[in-house]
Amino acid sequence: MSAPKTMFEKVWAAHEVTPQTADTPAVIFIDLHLTHEVTSPQAFTLLRERGLKVRRPDLTLATMDHSTPTRTEQVFGGAPISIESAAKQIRQLEKNCAEFGVELLGLQDSRRGIVHIIGPELGITQPGKTIVCGDSHTSTHGAFGALAFGIGTTEVGHVLATQCLLQKKPKTCAIEVRGKLPRGVMPKDLILAIIGKVGVSGGTGYVFEYRGEAIRAMSMDERMTICNMSIEAGARAGMIAPDETTFAYLEHTPRAPKGKAWDTAVAYWKTLSTDDGARFDKVVEIDASTLEPMVTYGTNPGMVVPVSGRIPDRPGDAVFDAALKYMGLQSGQSIADAPVNVVFVGSCTNGRLIDLRAAANILRGRKVAKGVHMLVVPGSQEVKRLAEAEGLAEIFKEAGAEWRESGCSMCLGMNGDTVGKGEYSVSTSNRNFEGRQGVGARTLLASPETAAASAVLGRVADPRQFLNA
Amino acid sequence: MNPITRIRSRTVVMPSSNIDTDQIVPARFLTTTSKDGLGKALFADWRYDANGAPRADFILNKPEASGCRILVAGRNIGCGSSREHAPWALVDFGFQAVISTEIADIFKNNSLKNGLLPIVVDESTHSWLIEHPGAEIEIDLASSTLNVPARPAVSFSIEPFARFCLMNGVDELGFLLSKNSEIEAYESRRRA
Repeated sequence: MSAPKTMFEKVWAAHEVTPQTADTPAVIFIDLHLTHEVTSPQAFTLLRERGLKVRRPDLTLATMDHSTPTRTEQVFGGAPISIESAAKQIRQLEKNCAEFGVELLGLQDSRRGIVHIIGPELGITQPGKTIVCGDSHTSTHGAFGALAFGIGTTEVGHVLATQCLLQKKPKTCAIEVRGKLPRGVMPKDLILAIIGKVGVSGGTGYVFEYRGEAIRAMSMDERMTICNMSIEAGARAGMIAPDETTFAYLEHTPRAPKGKAWDTAVAYWKTLSTDDGARFDKVVEIDASTLEPMVTYGTNPGMVVPVSGRIPDRPGDAVFDAALKYMGLQSGQSIADAPVNVVFVGSCTNGRLIDLRAAANILRGRKVAKGVHMLVVPGSQEVKRLAEAEGLAEIFKEAGAEWRESGCSMCLGMNGDTVGKGEYSVSTSNRNFEGRQGVGARTLLASPETAAASAVLGRVADPRQFLNA
Repeated sequence: MNPITRIRSRTVVMPSSNIDTDQIVPARFLTTTSKDGLGKALFADWRYDANGAPRADFILNKPEASGCRILVAGRNIGCGSSREHAPWALVDFGFQAVISTEIADIFKNNSLKNGLLPIVVDESTHSWLIEHPGAEIEIDLASSTLNVPARPAVSFSIEPFARFCLMNGVDELGFLLSKNSEIEAYESRRRA
């Protein structure tokens, strides 16, 4: 009998074209390459310069999400896109995909959306696959038991040309989540707590595997939120073992295997879980049952406190002090006192249907506080349709929030959806870096429930006060 | 890419930890379809004021930063986004190496593919470098050592294959393309 293996080791071994040697990294085959308008143009240029083709267009899918408009009149009504360079980038992707024979879900396609949301929706994100994209939040797809990680544009070119990457084998880290998440505490709160514990570089060089009772109890939408933010702890990939929840999600997706091929696939997927007795290079344990809703107060996702907590003090730490100065917040201050100007619900972290339901549940019959601008941006056109069909869009609009077409939007503000200088944004996105949501913008990361509660009260708020017992 | 064997330069020191790629190049500069000219966008929100004028107190705007090719940064530089625009901007500005105690994975990979050496050193060497901004130091890629004035040489680790590519001015794509028969064999195994 062979030695027990982790899920990561099984997926890695199944994709080695040539193994790692003393002199060269492993050549790893990539099963799915997702691409978008921002990190691909220079890679297509490289192919042109070298006279190369896309080796496997059948394993490549392009969409546009980062710099795309979210205003309906700009997406469907022919109104000009505000940022000319963004419009040019969109046209360049159309041209590149046509020239190289890559399938593109373009601006007006009903299947378009944030790249990490549409892969699962289409059913092309599957257990055991290697998945890459020129975007660090590619870790999202690991929720299905895929090995999925972000790459740079040079590597996008490598995968387009060869369907392979040169990779050094990373180490493995188990994140053991004991207990159940209490009511009002969402997967976003759990992953923020994990990042707070591990630190923003604690996962560098590792692939995480999230395990334990709280993870098993989660839906696929929720597991994706967890894996999505692995990179915020420095880990390029985060994985969750596939199970019946995974199979039930995929079974009715348009591009999952059908009939006999489905049975064969599921039989294989069931072999992927980490074997009993397999060794991880590192283990981190966290108790879900003691967690509260979490909110960041600083300029990286590891600077996080429970919503009932106070901003800590780190005497002598100039970087910490500079972060608080940027945020306009003080050590010792209750985070729940922090002001709010903007609330953003969306992104590849929290732009799925379950996230919109959670926010709408709090906003139902309530209003966004005066002076607060709330923007709700579904993660995909499919999420938008479903949310409209079950009345969520109406709840947001009646509460006074804006309801838009899908895209990355205010997560990084590339398309002009930005937060103003000095303004406070409670955001369900993934990064609170300086200027991330706009020059001088101050971001507080939180769950969709906390974001909605904060919109209602006009300050950072504990969502549990709005949830029925 | 030009071959790199040795870099000798004064250092620029940015001691902050966790300098993320959104700081190195803010997202609004990512609508470009080219690699060129990103040096102007390097650290844009720290480097320029609201009117676009250089801030005199920012290190890269000071006269002593001129001509420096080595950036010494606080722990965990390059965290965050996978944007290769970050090393493109650093290289376009004139940097050839980044030194820290920790360098984020994707940024490190991207740097190696663009002739920007990501060098991880121990805490003691790092502290000395942080405390001696503008020190003239030498990076010798062939021997993987860092020579710092009045201190013993420090060895650093770098992937042998990446070092080979950097020293010979070749990129990894050629190597991957040379594996075509192995890739074909893998693809037919998978189809079977």
